[in-house]
Amino acid sequence: MELLLAIIAGVLYASGLYLMLRRRLAQLIIGLGLLSNGSNILILSAAGVTRAKPPLITQGMIMEPFADPVPQSLILTAIVIGFGVLAFSLVLAHRVHQSAGSDDIDTIRTDRA
Amino acid sequence: MLLALPTLVPLVTAIVLHLLPHRSRLLRVVAFAGSLGALAAAVSIFVRVQQSGIQVLQVASWPAPFGISLVADVFSALMIVMVSVIGVAVTGTSFAGVDPRREAFGYHQLIQLVLMGVAGAFLTGDIFNLYVWFEVMLIGSFVLMSLYRTRAQLHAAVTYVGLNLLASAFLLTAIGLLYGQAGTLNLADLARAWPARRTPGLDAALSMLFLTAFGIKAGLFPLFFWLPASYHTPPTAVGALLAGLLTKVGVYAMIRVFTLLFPDPTASVYKVLLVLSAVTMVVGLIGALAQRDFRRVLSFNLVGHIGFTTVGLALWTPAALGGSILYVLHHMLVISTLFLVSGLFLRQKRTTDLSALGGLYRSQPAVAGLMLIPVFSLAGIPPLSGFVAKVAVVAPMLGAGQYLLAAVALCVSLLTMLSMARLWEEAFWKPASVPSSSSVPPPRLGVPIVAPIAFLVSLTIALTALAGPVSSLTMRAAEQLLDRNAYVRAVLGDEVPRAAR
Repeated sequence: MELLLAIIAGVLYASGLYLMLRRRLAQLIIGLGLLSNGSNILILSAAGVTRAKPPLITQGMIMEPFADPVPQSLILTAIVIGFGVLAFSLVLAHRVHQSAGSDDIDTIRTDRA
Repeated sequence: MLLALPTLVPLVTAIVLHLLPHRSRLLRVVAFAGSLGALAAAVSIFVRVQQSGIQVLQVASWPAPFGISLVADVFSALMIVMVSVIGVAVTGTSFAGVDPRREAFGYHQLIQLVLMGVAGAFLTGDIFNLYVWFEVMLIGSFVLMSLYRTRAQLHAAVTYVGLNLLASAFLLTAIGLLYGQAGTLNLADLARAWPARRTPGLDAALSMLFLTAFGIKAGLFPLFFWLPASYHTPPTAVGALLAGLLTKVGVYAMIRVFTLLFPDPTASVYKVLLVLSAVTMVVGLIGALAQRDFRRVLSFNLVGHIGFTTVGLALWTPAALGGSILYVLHHMLVISTLFLVSGLFLRQKRTTDLSALGGLYRSQPAVAGLMLIPVFSLAGIPPLSGFVAKVAVVAPMLGAGQYLLAAVALCVSLLTMLSMARLWEEAFWKPASVPSSSSVPPPRLGVPIVAPIAFLVSLTIALTALAGPVSSLTMRAAEQLLDRNAYVRAVLGDEVPRAAR
């Protein structure tokens, strides 16, 4: 399971970075989305994966191993932040497209100082 | 409770601003009052830290490694005071007029949001919380940058957003890997647990990830290209806010995280940082000399001087780190002042292109004279604060036997002088190039726009006059940073359970 997650995270990072290097805004945004999902999976797998063990323990009865709740809450936070940021970037890209008539980064440029 | 105020006050101010009816006068007064309140809170934190050492607040009374701790040591307290000072100046500038469309879209609230994010980043003692505050501050600054819809501003906003989100992804990756190994997120707990668990490979990978993430935010070579591409487009008050604060948050986070988590001064990351700092200085200043726009010159100067603020961490001696902290303080003040000054030109001439400027000295000698101070303070002319800060940075280099580095820093100081002298000559001294074609004379610069600048300039003078006490303060801050045990004890207490893993 860990190996699979590691490969998925790696693929997401690689494709996210590749897309960010492209010249179109839409690809930049998709790349950012993939990148943030990649880091979420990375957090999950780096902290260790458990199967079907809830992150809950009753008092006095610590049954090893139980799932670590912290990475889950980290990922939850990161997803929420990522969602907000993604929504903002989509609006920004839309505005750029409206004002420049293109989503190619080079044609948006006006200042070639 | 006190430690939560620098973040709570801007938050409450922002909410109140949101609920108030849209009358500009009212909004500006409330925003300004909020900034003054945050300044009062910051100063009382500073006094408290001075009196009784490191202050800690365990949020919601969760014991240390499990909840979020807010921590203020001397370094944090100094930074918090500077943030609120710049907050006061920036909100004060809005009395001189804000574009009504911006105001309707929440200009004042967003400024408070950025101030809240920056203050939170300076106070948090939890590394994931640091990431969250970074995001708060970034979202605020994203919207502030792109509220307006000229093409240049949109392009700048795209560059800014893209690169900063990339930095956030790097930071998140590093935090995730760190948690996977150390099993805790509390900085003090990490400082205690992590150095024992690390392996050379992981250490190198994590330190480089952190260096990249914070390096993008701080504007280190070769990661700074977003900065001069974006900081010259937003309105001047926003430019001053971002230039004064955001890069310094990167520098602060770098110093905080590296002193706590990577306490081995011989690690290769510090050699990399040393070289990058030196190259940043040189490249930034050469870039500044090539520019023909007031704000672009400032942006490149901002980049170049970031090198001075990170070099102390790379040298890892109390004197060098103290010098760099002093440099951060000085630079925050001066660069914000100069960005506000660029607002004067926008108001008078509608441009910051140096070739179109000039003549201000003739028309308003008092204002131009006032500007002499930040310009030459940045250049490092004695006895202004820039000179004091440069001495504090360069002297420890000589002490550490880094003669080449010291030579580079001194040459860069010379370039800064050249760049600033040219700026002054072009913008103030030379006769106005185009005799105003319209019959209306350019508007005189009134009190509302000059007062915030005068406020910051008077603080620069104060920093110069109090150079002795301030530098002993920054020295104490540096000693505190390098003494990790004091920080760990202050946050965790003496007897605490280790984080469950």
